[in-house]
Amino acid sequence: MSGAAPARRIVGPFNRVEGDLEVHLDLDRGRIASARVNAPLFRGFETMLDGKPPSDALVLAPRICGICSVAQSQATAKALAAAMGLAIPDNGRRAFHLLLGAENAADHLVHFHLFFMPDFTHAAYAGRPWHGRALQRFQPGAGQALVAAARLRARFFQVMGILAGKWPHSLALQPGGSSKPVDRGERSRLRALVAEFRAHVEEHLFTAPLEAFADLADRSDLARFAARHAGGDAALFLTIAADLGLAELGRAPGPALSYGAYAEAEGALLPAGLWDGKAVRPLDLAGLVEDPAHAWMAGAALHPGQGETRPDLAKPQAYSWCKAPRLNGQPVEVGALARQLIAGHPLIRALWADRGSNVESRVVARLLEIARLVPALERWAAELEPDRPFCHPAVPIETAQGVGLVEAARGGLGHWLTVEDGRIARYQIIAPTTWNFSPRDGAGMPGPLEQALVGVPVGNDEATPIAVQHVVRSFDPCMVCTVH
Amino acid sequence: MSAPSPFTLLWLQAASCGGCANAALDADPPLFLQGERLGVRTLWHPMLSAENGADLQNLLDRIGAGREPLDALVVEGAVLRGPAGSGRFQMAPGLERPMADLLRDLAGVARHVVAVGSCAAFGGVAATPGSVTEAAGLQFDGVRAGGLLPEDWRGKGGLPVINIAGCAPHPGWIVETLMALAEGTLAPADLDAFNRPRFFADHLAHHGCNRNEYYEFKASAQAPGQQGCLMENLGCKATQAPGDCNRRRWNGIGSCTNAGFACINCTSPGFTESIGPWQETPKVAGIPVGLPVDMPKAWFVALAALSKSATPNRVRKNALADHVVVPPANRPPGGS
Repeated sequence: MSGAAPARRIVGPFNRVEGDLEVHLDLDRGRIASARVNAPLFRGFETMLDGKPPSDALVLAPRICGICSVAQSQATAKALAAAMGLAIPDNGRRAFHLLLGAENAADHLVHFHLFFMPDFTHAAYAGRPWHGRALQRFQPGAGQALVAAARLRARFFQVMGILAGKWPHSLALQPGGSSKPVDRGERSRLRALVAEFRAHVEEHLFTAPLEAFADLADRSDLARFAARHAGGDAALFLTIAADLGLAELGRAPGPALSYGAYAEAEGALLPAGLWDGKAVRPLDLAGLVEDPAHAWMAGAALHPGQGETRPDLAKPQAYSWCKAPRLNGQPVEVGALARQLIAGHPLIRALWADRGSNVESRVVARLLEIARLVPALERWAAELEPDRPFCHPAVPIETAQGVGLVEAARGGLGHWLTVEDGRIARYQIIAPTTWNFSPRDGAGMPGPLEQALVGVPVGNDEATPIAVQHVVRSFDPCMVCTVH
Repeated sequence: MSAPSPFTLLWLQAASCGGCANAALDADPPLFLQGERLGVRTLWHPMLSAENGADLQNLLDRIGAGREPLDALVVEGAVLRGPAGSGRFQMAPGLERPMADLLRDLAGVARHVVAVGSCAAFGGVAATPGSVTEAAGLQFDGVRAGGLLPEDWRGKGGLPVINIAGCAPHPGWIVETLMALAEGTLAPADLDAFNRPRFFADHLAHHGCNRNEYYEFKASAQAPGQQGCLMENLGCKATQAPGDCNRRRWNGIGSCTNAGFACINCTSPGFTESIGPWQETPKVAGIPVGLPVDMPKAWFVALAALSKSATPNRVRKNALADHVVVPPANRPPGGS
């Protein structure tokens, strides 16, 4: 084979990735030599928002995504609030934190149980000692753990019913706070729902108190936890990860960023920052651009505050609808791993020091985030003050700019808004998977997934390589956001 | 005698946000998790199934060739016909053909075609004014009949495309429609003028709204968070919007109006062609433009004036507060 042109393979459609995805692979001696990631759908929300009254963005933007709808709502509300110079009352902040924290915890739950773990039930693993257990727990559409997790989400999202009216797609998150005041009875129900969520994940996922997982500090702690709580699904994953070497698979070099989340008077639960591979540096978005060099988009690389969205299918070098976000010229990874690195969690710092960002560390970071978010949800629910305001009235805006930065489950989400003469003059969105699944930029630098796929083994008879699926899903992609 | 073969279902995503699939996953009963007990077999669903890539392509090929019987093609998301009619704004991943072509082919072999959500039904959010994608529904383009499929198209089962409208639709609307189809009891007369199942579309979102007393007295909220009626100032269209939203409730106890924000009439074709900001009520000479359906304007004006003049102090005060500031008078049982 040597000397011959490398074999090419187009992989798609993918299931369990929240939308449309196609990956083009160049193979060399059984491994991926290079990858190109294609998001093959364009809906054009940014052009739909142009010219609309600013408050209409609260209706349209959440509808970019049916799984991180609250995160999109919150980014819009924050961008509008910034443009209005509006602060939100304490109760509004708690309601925002509860809604975003509940959505993120539920997204991590669904990712683990419905999207990621079912891949280990594949027939390719029939000989592994854990395969029977994987089938029992995670068989697609039928496994015990999978069905129970889906039922848990439906139940837990009564939090959304109480605080947001419905999920997905609510208008409860307003620039001045939440349109839904909470009374004492509802506060009690919220606390009960969070307690039920804790009980479920402690009984089935961790088979341990959440705090026992949140307190892990290094790889040997993690191994001890897996041995001591072997009946849990987290331990099943860790066993599989060790057997298959998932810490070696799908490695991405960083850097990684977090916009920060859950701000409170005493500081944020998850602070903002840029992880450069060794340390956290302040996050400065002055050097942020979206580069359309390999997207079916006209125009140049611009900061999203000046960005544009003009489809152009005639570009010969283009292969995706996704523009390439770059910070100071670099592709950046976002997600739970980035958040926990920047927050300085010792376990995630230790896993990074070991083998960086990889399939295992990305999944462990999400499990850790479930363990850290639930106690915070308990606290925010208890802190709601039913007799105090939840929302300040919005103020009209004629000409202003605003940026809304939030941490969706899958990573940093930014909305950049410009209002002129009382209408939206520009609305640009960079979603988490836009970062992680970006195509190459003008300098030819591949995006994080494209880098993570290089070197991944592909069997000769594998039309849809299983290792590629592990790597893709370890990022928990949300393709519908990517291609807003 | 062999057991009747289960009703087969294929769920595909056109230009969607995935919100309908997520809503369906939260349904009770859990049709997409334990559907066989309800007589429904999901051949493929974007959040639940194992098949990817080549396996999924093989399944689609078998269905297209008629080797795998398909009872319901369930589509979420709008059909993108652009640019210039090519459909290339959404290519089916791995298949190197526009999604619109794939959907047209599969509609030809399915017994029923079901549009889940207002995008698949009418174009919905994907067809918001300003959209460049030539988005349409499967059998409607906004209020106009005819979308990807022509107005006179009928499935092998005799029904037009069944439009489970909403953004996202209530999970119950999805599951109960599919169960009725599987049972073979959904007839053309069970669909309304926009082919929405009448079991939910013959109601109005207003029915059962817990702001009913404020509505009756036209005691209106002026800002988000206040308890008053949302119709007069804050853009609420619940008195015009098809749906049993406040009768059945969402995510347990919720609803849009219960959470303090306007119904945006998301079950209706063209709901994104709002004539002003969604969260403000358009008015002419102080009177809302969109009056409750079936209500003569003169009567509405007269009744509103009368009820405003009769508004109890309690209702007037509470309407502008974010929690009850004046409780109802306590009367002894049996007192007068």
